[in-house]
Amino acid sequence: MKIHEFQAKEILRRFGARVPQGKVIEHPGQAAEICRDFGGRSVVKAQIHAGGRGQGGGVKLAASPEEAERLAGEILGMQLTTHQTGPEGQQVRKVLIEEALDIEQELYLGVTLDRAAACPVLMASRSGGMDIEEVARTEPDAILRELIDPQLGVLPFQCRRIASGLGFSGGTARQIQAAVASVVAAYLETDASLVEINPLMVDPQGDVYALDAKMNFDDNAMFRRREIAELRDVHEENPLEVEASGHGISYIKLDGSIGCMVNGAGLAMATMDIIKLVGSEPANFLDVGGSASQEAVESAFRIILSDEAVKAVLINIFGGIARTDRIARGVVAAIEELAAAGSPVGVPVVVRLEGTNVEEGREVLERAGFDFIVAGSMGEAAQRAVEALGA
Amino acid sequence: MSILVGRDTRLIVQGITGKEGLFHAIGCREYGTDVAGGVTPGKGGSTVEGFPVWDSVVQARRATDCNTSLIFVPPPFAADAIMEAADAGVELIVCITEGIPVADMVRVRTFLAGRNSRLLGPNCPGLITPGQAKVGIMPGHIHARGNVGVISRSGTLTYEAVWQLTNEGLGQTTCVGIGGDPVAGTSFIDVLALFAEDETTEAIVLIGEIGGTAEEEAADWIREHLDIPVVGFIAGATAPPGRRMGHAGAIVAGGKGTAAEKKAALAAAGVLVVDSPAEMGARTAAALAS
Repeated sequence: MKIHEFQAKEILRRFGARVPQGKVIEHPGQAAEICRDFGGRSVVKAQIHAGGRGQGGGVKLAASPEEAERLAGEILGMQLTTHQTGPEGQQVRKVLIEEALDIEQELYLGVTLDRAAACPVLMASRSGGMDIEEVARTEPDAILRELIDPQLGVLPFQCRRIASGLGFSGGTARQIQAAVASVVAAYLETDASLVEINPLMVDPQGDVYALDAKMNFDDNAMFRRREIAELRDVHEENPLEVEASGHGISYIKLDGSIGCMVNGAGLAMATMDIIKLVGSEPANFLDVGGSASQEAVESAFRIILSDEAVKAVLINIFGGIARTDRIARGVVAAIEELAAAGSPVGVPVVVRLEGTNVEEGREVLERAGFDFIVAGSMGEAAQRAVEALGA
Repeated sequence: MSILVGRDTRLIVQGITGKEGLFHAIGCREYGTDVAGGVTPGKGGSTVEGFPVWDSVVQARRATDCNTSLIFVPPPFAADAIMEAADAGVELIVCITEGIPVADMVRVRTFLAGRNSRLLGPNCPGLITPGQAKVGIMPGHIHARGNVGVISRSGTLTYEAVWQLTNEGLGQTTCVGIGGDPVAGTSFIDVLALFAEDETTEAIVLIGEIGGTAEEEAADWIREHLDIPVVGFIAGATAPPGRRMGHAGAIVAGGKGTAAEKKAALAAAGVLVVDSPAEMGARTAAALAS
């Protein structure tokens, strides 16, 4: 789960990080007064979940309260397009008005899981403001790392090692140590999957601020983090993906024209891959769940077909414990139910079923009123789906 | 021969009174696994479907001398169940539960360090030695006895691979699902090392997916230690970066974990990498024939 910058800053402030003064607004009329309170200069920042907001025109400096109001008016409501939003962009519903600070130096600070070490890792770099992935590619040695013992948290000597490794001493070093301690504490105590301050800014007086902040959380832990779960903003998520998750379906919309319905995440990815190999593109990732029940199949059809780019559907179900003939009956029933509800399936449907009672399963499909294209293997299914596109 | 599970497996099921736990306890027993009973706190002393139930793993172990535990406990309590089994000295702990918080698994890994238990999973289908023991949720009938070892991060994709092998006339020594979570108990390398020592395993099918660097680490190990053919497939070549593809661990993040990188690393280590998931079985047959 992702949250907005202003929410991440609020959490980091609670854990002891110094963040600029700021207020979130949804109407430009409030911007001028807030800017005046901050001394007449401010930064106006679009609040969407995607990164790269600056390059997209979503972050602007206002030299006066009037300009703050004008910029807030421009940014609020705009479709902000960044390298992370996709071409359609994301509508801006909130802006953060922040005090404008003078920047002497920009650093990077982040905590995430080190999968190989099976513990959190703190990363810091002098190349703040830059994409850390880019830094990792071009100058891997420029990133300082400290593995964190989750029982102990970050230790004082590790904080000192980071501050001195970044080249600081004295009061600024102490502030950096405090920032390090705060990101680690925030990570450990909220079940975060990522905490990032980029940039961590040093001003001309040597004071340290979290100028930007990003936090992602472990979806699986949100049952015990009610206060974090409440920060979820469904406006930022694809409505189809939200609906799918409500049905226990894992769905991600992609750009192709063959809709996929598969049981199991690995097989679902493999099905997408084989569609690409035979020369087409998958319209989505969809894991309908291990048992592929009639209800799940019905919801999956609705979700897949609400994407107008879908010109054919490929169902690839490996019936493990669930018997294949029962799954086939569920698929047929789902199609009949959709037709009865006035939204019939109007594209070719290729079905590949495998597992227990597969012969009976195929018979159920062939006897059905719907004209299924029944395939015997994954490769054949993908081939038939591509042929169906042209038909 | 086989690895990890076989005729000497004596299994208990943690969460045996739950719907899933009971269903699969019966499935394992029907396959021929020695299922000695199960554990559900608060239900000790009762019996379900002929399985005796204990309140704790220690009690179950004392009564049955079980050496393996299969866990179906819900996510908030699953980490505790794993640690309880390890504390009781159970040698092999297989955790099926999906959705355990990462922070819990980090704690579990710390707890297991220095203990003699091996954890498989979580979020995995379990493992099976065809004809001997099934400790998991896979459909037993698609498997056949033979000489191919299978290791995978996936569930149904593993069944796909096994089914292809069986249809090629290639049976399996043991099929091991290591799970789709970012922090797991057993790695590809752990299982590869066991297959390397198993004289009957003549080829290995390794099924990875996007996310993390486990396949790259496996590739390094294979280059150094293995001289039997390994056929590899990596799911997720078409997955967009930054999106979690169902499994918590299947995500291309920080420019790392792409299918292309993993395939290149495996190929460089001599692994026979197939681009199409439909060719896993045929490629293995070809490798064994040559």
